[in-house]
Amino acid sequence: MECDFDRLVVDDVSRHFGRRRALTRVSLTCGAGTILGLLGPNGAGKSTLLAILSTLLAPTSGQVRYGTFDARSAGPGLRGRLGLLGHDLYLYPELTARENLEFFARLYGLRHPRERVGRALAHAGLADRADDAVSGFSRGMRQRLALERALLHGPRLLLLDEPFTGLDDASGHALVSRLRGLRDEGAIVIAATHDLDLAEGLLDDVAILRDGRLLAVPRASGPLRERYRETLLAAAPAAAAPAAREEPAR
Amino acid sequence: MKQFLRVAWVVMRKDLTVEMRSREIVYTTVFFAASCVLVFAFALVREGRPLEDASAGILWIAIAFAGTLALGRTFERERHTETLRALMLAPSDRPAIYVGKLLGVLVLMAIVEAVLVPMVGLLFHAPVLARPLWLAALLAAGTLGFASVGTLFAAMLVRARSRDVLLPVLLYPITIPVIIAGVRGTAAIFQATPDEPMARFWAALLVFFDVVFVTLSLWTFEPLMTE
Repeated sequence: MECDFDRLVVDDVSRHFGRRRALTRVSLTCGAGTILGLLGPNGAGKSTLLAILSTLLAPTSGQVRYGTFDARSAGPGLRGRLGLLGHDLYLYPELTARENLEFFARLYGLRHPRERVGRALAHAGLADRADDAVSGFSRGMRQRLALERALLHGPRLLLLDEPFTGLDDASGHALVSRLRGLRDEGAIVIAATHDLDLAEGLLDDVAILRDGRLLAVPRASGPLRERYRETLLAAAPAAAAPAAREEPAR
Repeated sequence: MKQFLRVAWVVMRKDLTVEMRSREIVYTTVFFAASCVLVFAFALVREGRPLEDASAGILWIAIAFAGTLALGRTFERERHTETLRALMLAPSDRPAIYVGKLLGVLVLMAIVEAVLVPMVGLLFHAPVLARPLWLAALLAAGTLGFASVGTLFAAMLVRARSRDVLLPVLLYPITIPVIIAGVRGTAAIFQATPDEPMARFWAALLVFFDVVFVTLSLWTFEPLMTE
């Protein structure tokens, strides 16, 4: 069953791990052709939210709706429309770049896997290293390959956890252009990042999490870094100060 | 069904390709199983005469120990690279992933058994060629029963901190009926006069365990793997 959708609704989602509350009553909405930035200090709940959106983790309460579908009822059809680039890259180091992508192309049942993989390797700038084992790649090369793995099946919802990690300047800017292209094609992109400089100008909307709660972000224009800092300070001045001082990467 | 089998095949082929590159599991399990049989041979064979019925027991103990090692390592790889999450994201029925992993483990255990059986024959004077088809059937059915539960538990425990300790603790009590049936069935065909009716009885029991264990594993894999 093909489960395409053009809207993502997170409705009052909470997730607890034992007594620890990773997310508390988070609600947000995202439409097709949008890039949403998920910001917040370490341990704010960004990765937990991405895991829930990817259907890998079930919320303790609340629900996530992908258009008219939900994760439980749509199952495999819905997973075929999701792409996830996690902090761990989900690549097999013993396999070559080509074998990794071909494995995932076949796992997803894609037609013409060799052609798709060839294009993906070209996008990643790894065509000349296609037959080298991934264990010999730098972090940046792995990151580029992992992004192509996540995009191989043309997902509607792309979830990125720290997508700029390990990328050099040129690769970082290439990723920004790629994400803009995906937005123009109607994808919903949600990116958790600390790299506010690269995210500046890329994001259509911003959600800031702290201690598992979604904070109100001022609509006013201004540099993203300023808005981020002000939001954290406004939320809880005394407690937020250390978090606000935890500067995102420049 | 076609998609289910395709995904299982793709996962198994990937696991075997990775193993062919590293040869880590094959080397460690074969070495471990062979060492195990050698130690027992020194303990239980006196003046060239082995203890009665010992060969069947030693064979299955070595298979169970080596199988546990293979199961742990197979999923340790997926944990190390977090690739099990990527497999869980695939747009297919999740039990297909389980079947793919199970097939990969079965191939690895078959390689170990191909080394173990001649060793046991040689060191314990077991008549491994007396009823080769019965022996192959008992080994196949027993290995499937053991690996089906083991694959499920190894997948479940992949994020547990003490998974190396927990896997045998959980696996052996559940698979004891399989190991006992395997030992008794193999002992029946290793006798001076092979007892085929007895071997048939234990083989039938093993097939019954296989059906139960594989069905339960397919049924519980998806809910157990959803965090």
